[in-house]
Amino acid sequence: MNAGAANRPAGAAAPVDSIAARPVLDIAGLCVSVRGEDGEREVVSDLSFKLARGETLCIAGESGSGKSMTALAIMQLLPQPAGRISSGTIRLGETNLATLNERQMQRIRGARIAMIFQEPMTSLNPVLSIGRQLTESIEAHTDLSQSQAQRRAVEALKAVRISEAESRLKQFPHELSGGMRQRVMIAMALALEPDVLIADEPTTALDVTVQGEVLELLRDLQREHGTSVILITHDMGVVAEMADRVIVMRHGRMVEEGAATDIFALPQAEYTRELLAAVPRIGTGAGRQESRDAAEASKPANVADVDDLHVRFDLRGGFFGRINRRVHAVEGVSFSIAPNETLALVGESGCGKSTTAKALAGLVPYQGDIAIGGRNLSGLGRAARKAVRRDVQMIFQDPYASLDPRMRVGDLVAEPLLIHGIASKEERRERVAALFERVGLSADQMELYPHEFSGGQRQRICIARALALRPRLIIADESVSALDVSVQARVLDLLKELQREFGVAYLFISHDMAVVENISDRVAVMYLGQIVEMGTRDQVFSNPRHPYTKRLIEAVPVPDPTRRRERFARLDREIPSSTRRIGETPPRLALTDVGGGHLVAV
Amino acid sequence: MTSPIAPDLPAAGRMPVKPRASVWRRLVKRPLAMLGLVIIAIVLAGAILAPWLTGYDPNEQMFDGLTLEGAPLPPDAKFWLGTDLLGRDLLTRMLFGARTSLIIGIVANGVALLIGTLVGVTAGYFRGWIGSALMRFTDLMMAFPALLLAICLAAVFEPSLWIVAMVIALVNWVQTARVIYTETSSLAEREFIDAERTIGASAPRILFRHILPHLLPTIIVWGTLGISTTVLLEATLSYLGIGVQPPTASWGNIIFENQTYFQAAPWLVFFPGAAILALALAFNLIGDALRDILDPTQRGRG
Repeated sequence: MNAGAANRPAGAAAPVDSIAARPVLDIAGLCVSVRGEDGEREVVSDLSFKLARGETLCIAGESGSGKSMTALAIMQLLPQPAGRISSGTIRLGETNLATLNERQMQRIRGARIAMIFQEPMTSLNPVLSIGRQLTESIEAHTDLSQSQAQRRAVEALKAVRISEAESRLKQFPHELSGGMRQRVMIAMALALEPDVLIADEPTTALDVTVQGEVLELLRDLQREHGTSVILITHDMGVVAEMADRVIVMRHGRMVEEGAATDIFALPQAEYTRELLAAVPRIGTGAGRQESRDAAEASKPANVADVDDLHVRFDLRGGFFGRINRRVHAVEGVSFSIAPNETLALVGESGCGKSTTAKALAGLVPYQGDIAIGGRNLSGLGRAARKAVRRDVQMIFQDPYASLDPRMRVGDLVAEPLLIHGIASKEERRERVAALFERVGLSADQMELYPHEFSGGQRQRICIARALALRPRLIIADESVSALDVSVQARVLDLLKELQREFGVAYLFISHDMAVVENISDRVAVMYLGQIVEMGTRDQVFSNPRHPYTKRLIEAVPVPDPTRRRERFARLDREIPSSTRRIGETPPRLALTDVGGGHLVAV
Repeated sequence: MTSPIAPDLPAAGRMPVKPRASVWRRLVKRPLAMLGLVIIAIVLAGAILAPWLTGYDPNEQMFDGLTLEGAPLPPDAKFWLGTDLLGRDLLTRMLFGARTSLIIGIVANGVALLIGTLVGVTAGYFRGWIGSALMRFTDLMMAFPALLLAICLAAVFEPSLWIVAMVIALVNWVQTARVIYTETSSLAEREFIDAERTIGASAPRILFRHILPHLLPTIIVWGTLGISTTVLLEATLSYLGIGVQPPTASWGNIIFENQTYFQAAPWLVFFPGAAILALALAFNLIGDALRDILDPTQRGRG
C-alpha cells in the first residue's frame, strides 16, 4: 500500500510546513467575459483560489457554471475573439499569465501547464502517428535531439501503462481504443513534467471500467511526480474519488469551497446540497422505487417480445471491395417487456445495446423475431408495420440533435399525429398543448425553436413527442446521460410519473449503473452483443453473478470521499472486438436460471 | 426533493414569445437585401422597358457613333455609355442584352440548380445502387468537357435563346449535384432524421420537410455563384456561333466582342462586366438575407 497516500487524508490540504506552502497557481479576482449577440456577458465572476503543490483541486458544477471557461482562461485559450479576461490575475509562480502575450504563453503551455480534454479522439490529430505527436511537443519545448525525444516519448507511454510502447509510437489514433487514447493524451501532457495539469472532464466520454483505470492512473502519476491537478467535472462520484479540495461553481461564481470530505459530509451552500441530493447512487439513492418482482411484472400480454435477435453489419475490404468481415453487433438477444415495466439494458460502448434499440425501432435491418403487442413485425406488410410501429417510440440521447432545428417545437410534437393522420388541425393543437403542459412546459412555448430551450426542456419536448402517439413502449436510449444531474433527476421523475399514468413500458438503455438502479424493474447486462445476465433489479444489483456485471457495478465511482477506493476494478485486457471474418461466428452464451428468473451466462 | 415537474429553467432566463413577421417584411427591413432588390428591379425594368427607354436601335450602326478614324466613342452626353466597335449605342445594347442575360442567368441557372438539387438529394439520401448510379453519372458529366458537350447539344437542336438556356442548364447542374450530395449524406446521418423515421415519417416527408430546409444556404450560394458563370458561358457559346446569334445583344457577348480592344476602349468591357457583377451581387445579397431569415437559430441578429 502506498503509505504517502494513506496518511494524506482527503481534504487535509497539502503539507503546510514545507516550502511547498507557496501555491503553484494563485488565481485572484478572475473575471472572464464573452461577447455575444446581446453584448458582453460575464461567464466567470470574481473567482479566487490557490492551488498547492501536489494537490488535486476539483472544480465541480453543471453546464454553464463557467468551470471550463476557467480552465481555458488559465491556459489563455479562451475562444477568440469573443472571450477575454476582463480582470484579475492568474499567477503561476511569479508570472502573471493574464498579462503574457501569445508567444510567451506558448512556452508555458505544455511545459508548465498542460491540459487534457474530454474527447481524446478529437484532441489527437488523426493523420499523425502517436509517436510523432508525442515527440513534437517534447522537441518544441526542450533541446533534446530527435532520438532523445523518442526515448522520452517511450518512457511517457510506459508511465501511463501502455504495453509495447515502442511499437505503439507508429500507431495512429484510430487504431487505439478510447481509454488508450486518453492515456496517450495524459502521456503527452505529462511528458514535460508540468507543474500544473488541467483535466477538463477527462473521463466523461469513457466507459465506467475504463474511467476507473484513467482516474487511478492520474492519481498514481500525481503521486510520483507531485503534479498539481485541476480536475474539472460534473460527476460528483469522480470528485469524491479524486479531490483533496473542491470548488463548487454555479453561473460563473464560486458557491462553495472546501476540503472534499467537508463538502460531502457537511455541504454549506444550498446549491451544493441540492447538487449532492440529485446525484444518483447505487443502493440507497434518492428517488428509488420499489422493485416489482418478475411474477407480478410479466403479465401474459407482453408489449414487446424479442427472440433471437441478430444484427450484423458487413464490412468491405480487400482489392475488389468484397465483404470480408462482419460486425456482430447483436448476437442472439432475447427478452420481453411487460406493460408498465421498465427493462434496463446496460453495458459499455460497443456492446450492442443501442443497436438492439435501433432494431426495435425499425432503424436497422435485423434477423430474428420482434413482436410488438403480439404481432410479429417480419410477417407484416408496409401499412400494417407502420401501424404497429406507432406503439414503439424512441427518445434519443442528445435532445438537441434529435429535434430538427428548423422546426418549431409545437410542430415537432404535432408531427407524429400528422403523419399518422390522427385528429384534425384544431384537435392536434389542443393535444400538443396538453402534452406540453403534461411534461412541464407551457403551451405558449410551442411557437419557439429547439435552440431556445435548455437541455432538460428539450428532452421534455422529446418525451412529449414520443408520448404523442400514446405508444405502448418507449425506448429511452441514454436519454438522460447528456443532462446535468439535477435536471436528470427531474426528467427521471417525469418518466416514472408518465409510466404510472399511461402504463407505458420503457426499454431504458444506459451505461450509468446508478441511474439504472433508480428507474428499472428488470435489468439486462449486455457484453459483446449478447446478454450475459438478466433479472429483476434487486437480483442483478444485490446478487450479481456474472463477472462482467460485478465489474460494472464496482467501477461506478461512489459519491462519498470516505469510501474512496485505493484500486479500481480493472480490466485485465481490452474488450475484444465484435468484428469477425466471414463465416466465423462468436460462441453463443447459454443463459441458466439461478433462481427466480435470474438468468446468468455460464 | 424538488417538485417533480418543476421546469428546468433556462440559464439565461429569456423566453420571449413574439410573433414572427412575414419573410417579406423581414427581408425589406435589411438595407443590404433592399439594395439587392433595387438592383434587380432596375435590371428587370431596363429589360422590359428597353424599347421605350432609348431612342436608338440596338443593332443600328450609326455614322456618328464612331470617330473619324473609325474608333468607338467613349461615354458622352449623346451616347451615355459610349459606342461599340461598329458604332452602336452601348447603353441600348445593354438594355436589350439584359433580356437575354436575365433569361440565361435566372432560367438556365435555376433549372441547373433544380436538376442538381434533385439528383444530389436523391443520391445522398437513398445511397445504395440509386445513389451510386446517379453519382457515377454525375462524375461522368463532370469529366466530360462542358464546352464540348454544350457544342454537341447546341448542334443537335435548332439554336434559339431557350435552347441555349437548356443547354447551359444541362451542363451546369453537376457541381451543384456533387455538393448537395455530400451535404445530404451527412444530414441523413444526423439523429433527428432517425428520430423522424421512428415516428413513421415517409421518405418524401423527410426529404422535403427536414432535409431540404437545411440545404437552403448551400443552394442559395450555388445559385448566386451560378449567375455569373452561366451569363459568361452563354457568351462563350455565342462567340463560338452556337449561342444567341449576332447581332442580338447579351451582356456576355458584348464583353466577348470587345475584349480585345480593352485597352483602347475599356468602357466596352467595364459596363457590361459591372452589370453582370451587380446582378450576381444583388442575388447574393438577397440570398444571404434569406438564409439568415429562414434560419431560426439566427433570429434576432443583424
